[in-house]
Amino acid sequence: MPGPEAGKMTLAEQFRPHTFVEAFRFMGDHPGLLLSKTGGLLALALAALGIALVLALPLGLWLGHLHRGLFVAAGISNVGRALPSLVLIAFGLTVLGIGFWNNAVALVVLAVPPILTNAYFAIDGVDRDAVEAARGMGMTEAQVLRRVELPLGLPLVLAGVRIAAIFVIATATIAAIAGGGGLGDIIVNQATYGLAGVIAASLCVSFLAFLAALTLALVRRAVSPRHMPLA
Amino acid sequence: MLLGAGPVIPNFGSGTSCEVNNGWFCTSWVRAHWGDTLQPALVQHVELSVLAVVIGLAIAFVLALVGFRWRLLDPPIGVFSDFLYTIPSLALFQLLVPLTGLSVLTVEIALVSYTLLILYRNLIEGLRAVPADVVEAARGSGFTRMQTFLRIELPLALPALLAGLRIATVSTISIATIAPIVIAKGLGNPIFIALKQNTFKTEIFAAGGLAVALALTADGLLVLAQRGLTPWTRRARA
Repeated sequence: MPGPEAGKMTLAEQFRPHTFVEAFRFMGDHPGLLLSKTGGLLALALAALGIALVLALPLGLWLGHLHRGLFVAAGISNVGRALPSLVLIAFGLTVLGIGFWNNAVALVVLAVPPILTNAYFAIDGVDRDAVEAARGMGMTEAQVLRRVELPLGLPLVLAGVRIAAIFVIATATIAAIAGGGGLGDIIVNQATYGLAGVIAASLCVSFLAFLAALTLALVRRAVSPRHMPLA
Repeated sequence: MLLGAGPVIPNFGSGTSCEVNNGWFCTSWVRAHWGDTLQPALVQHVELSVLAVVIGLAIAFVLALVGFRWRLLDPPIGVFSDFLYTIPSLALFQLLVPLTGLSVLTVEIALVSYTLLILYRNLIEGLRAVPADVVEAARGSGFTRMQTFLRIELPLALPALLAGLRIATVSTISIATIAPIVIAKGLGNPIFIALKQNTFKTEIFAAGGLAVALALTADGLLVLAQRGLTPWTRRARA
């Protein structure tokens, strides 16, 4: 948080790149603190992402399979985007109060739209000829979805999960403003941890987001349909 | 916290009974503080967002021209904008503070960063989707490369650009609520203050509601612009 004297400083006076060096020193001095706060953030983010996946993925896949609910899928994604993370966290705090699961609920609301919308459009966009061929071979609807549509649409489905994961990590950090705990606790509490601590925690949370994005990118690459030689 | 001028902090002691009891939504507070709290925050929010989207669009446009003309440069530009997009907003704001201080510049750099990925991707993909034979026909009928770009490729890429602009604008309005971590501006400011004032509900709902309404309004206006500028796409999909 800005101090009262900050407004009077010029840009040149505020230019302190050596803070990054101090931030790395902070990491070296307080590895336990950063690790436990990272753990707190990770627990919240994973819980929210897990719940969102369970809720949104089957619904999005099934609606996409039926080619129904375009209005619902597009509408949810538009409204979801218009809901600022801070507003969501603040509303959650006001209505539900402080707590791990209360924050998780707010994060789930944020994570559902990208997962649901991408799952819908992924399955909806699968080549209809391939689907018809599968039906012609006598597959049941569930088999068509599981063995044909899902493998073909998986890269796009995972792209949605990746966006949701980035959103959730970013917002789980913001949840600290509402007493959510985790790395955000350090980021919004410069009075206690100093700018070096704030920067250190910011670097940690950025690293975490990259790790999540990279993991999902690798999974996506691994499951992408390739031009395979026919066995 | 840097506070804006004026009595923005709700006075639990002397307000109406609704305000004193921190009721769910006190219209009396909203009426009393529209002029000194909500309206200035809304105006600041619009200014922050519009500036970010305009600068973001300009930068993304130049980057897209480069990436479109020299295909080799497309992957690095894409990876870089993806990299920026991945950094959590609260962290990016703080990471810029040692470099650009507690200033509007810090907020704008962060906001612009988040618009780049979407605008760049949509522009490039829009330009790439222009059918080769259309470009060929234009060149064949004597258009220069520049004329082909301005009068054929760019207009045909417009729907994709506008779709990206919608997402970028709404996201920017959303992320701008975090700006008060750096400077006391925008609709996030009353929310931050209310969270500190024992979660003053009315202020949170009023400012938060305004932020959502602003995002939806901006989205609606851009849809209208989309229809006006690219009438040929209207039949394709709503």
